[in-house]
Amino acid sequence: MLNYAARRIGLSLLIVVLAVSLLFGMIHMIPGDPASVLLGPRATPELRAELNQRMGLDQPVMVQLGRFLLNALRGDLGEDVFSNRPVTTIVLEQLPYTVILVLLAIGCAALIGIPLGCYSAIRRNSWLDRVTAVMSVSFIAVPSFIIALYALLILSVKLRWFPAMGAGETGNLPDQLRHLVLPTFALGLGWVGYISRLVRSSMLEVIEEQHVRTARAFGLPEWVVIRDYALRIAILPTVTVIGLGIGMTLSSALFTEIVFSRPGIGKLLHESVMTRNYPVVMGTVLITTIFFVVATLLSDLVNAWLDPRLRSESR
Amino acid sequence: MGHTLRRLRSDRLGFLGLIIVSTIVLVTILANVLAPYDPVDIDVDARLLSPSSDHLLGTDQLGRDILSRVLVGSQVALKVSLIAISVSLTLGLLLGMLAGFGPRWLDRVLVVGFDTVRSFPTIMFALAVVSLIGPSLNTVIGVVILTSIPIYGRIVRTQTLATRDRDFIKAEQAMDASTGRILFRHVLPNIAAPLLILASMDVPVVVGMEAGLSFLGLGVSPPTPSWGSILNDGYSFIRNSPWPIIAGGIPLIVVTLGFTFLGEALRDILDPKLRRSGRRAS
Repeated sequence: MLNYAARRIGLSLLIVVLAVSLLFGMIHMIPGDPASVLLGPRATPELRAELNQRMGLDQPVMVQLGRFLLNALRGDLGEDVFSNRPVTTIVLEQLPYTVILVLLAIGCAALIGIPLGCYSAIRRNSWLDRVTAVMSVSFIAVPSFIIALYALLILSVKLRWFPAMGAGETGNLPDQLRHLVLPTFALGLGWVGYISRLVRSSMLEVIEEQHVRTARAFGLPEWVVIRDYALRIAILPTVTVIGLGIGMTLSSALFTEIVFSRPGIGKLLHESVMTRNYPVVMGTVLITTIFFVVATLLSDLVNAWLDPRLRSESR
Repeated sequence: MGHTLRRLRSDRLGFLGLIIVSTIVLVTILANVLAPYDPVDIDVDARLLSPSSDHLLGTDQLGRDILSRVLVGSQVALKVSLIAISVSLTLGLLLGMLAGFGPRWLDRVLVVGFDTVRSFPTIMFALAVVSLIGPSLNTVIGVVILTSIPIYGRIVRTQTLATRDRDFIKAEQAMDASTGRILFRHVLPNIAAPLLILASMDVPVVVGMEAGLSFLGLGVSPPTPSWGSILNDGYSFIRNSPWPIIAGGIPLIVVTLGFTFLGEALRDILDPKLRRSGRRAS
């Protein structure tokens, strides 16, 4: 297990370095340097040279890449071109908003999806089972920004039940929670059906096993059998999927943040892309890539820990 | 083929998916004929109208007919998915077979390459690339291709690895068959079905990405209609009129459901091994 973990961690590190190099490579492959794009066609050569120097783009690619990675290791991601503030500070300011949103969305989806999946497994082909079946296929596939837009339109603009914009007043917890309702709904809806389907199918397998039958034979109430004997095992595959889900939800969170004008990593990235603020773009992408890779790594490790067969490579 | 169609007709959701997909393809081809107005024709006097007999889905902030924009917008969606999926499928197929059948070091390199590209959250990657190259439909297609190759590549690699140790492949090798012959005559037919299913399930993902990037203002350039740009316009005027958002979102949902239902049904029919999980677990 340790051996496997070490190999996976090493590979993850390599992937992060490669991912950053890929981005760096692209900056230099495209025609025209970022400074001219940023300053427009009428900028003087001196101005361009100065900006390039400030963004560190006047050095050879390999030097830049090495310097970026070394600095990143020390937690220094460079400076915002416009405000001169450290990128690390800017990203860390926005990160909690996104992390809370993503965790809350997946958490709520699990909280609703797991009982729903248990129920569907026990009452197979009941109307609720059929509804979740269609729902799971439908909602996981529909782009989450459509759900966000419709939620904004119906629940906020038309019915005025929830606020449409921002993250709420700082320090005012009820207000902040009210601002979280719609984004969480939009982000988590697709996962409810998906999680319930996963729990359902693994539950159907577990429910046939000896120890569950034994528990039933002892005359334990059905819900105790399900909760204490079947679900404990049936939940395992779902745990790993939730780990992956946290990484994947980052992309959808970007749309949710933009639709609801909520601060966060996604909105930061979108804004810095629009203003071509390269240091912030690079920093944000690096942080989210690390977040994504770590989420995948953790779910891989949990998976390998549960299922030793996965520890040996497939060839 | 006939067999597949017969089976599809007995699967209610799958059949519905087939009808939706065929309708969409038909509408896309005939979009320019069906559209009642020119989708980029501005009529300032008719701004943000609600649906009426003149404009069945209302008008947007520049008085353009939304129905016409939705109809013509389907061309962008299907064009992007057709090009992006066929190119990434082909490249993924070649790289995947190379990884599965080639020397071991090449396999390692390709797998790390696939994992690297997959390690960016797709939209973040797309945003970063667009910020570097500038927004255009070709950029969107390029990003989709780059992020989709690993999905196909990985599946092809796994299937190739599974096939290459089978007895009939060993027999071919013993008879001195060329690698190309083995790959295209024997391995390919064995991986065609899962690839087609994957491609069908991938259409809504690609359509969603194009719409998403256009919604962010990073896809098609105005005034070209795309479902995403209709939603973008609608979002800016959400308090004035709900119709652009309603009209721009529904085709996206319908396309998504159509291709997903069809893909699921095809999977059940063509690849019974996969049937255990998911919708038809019972």
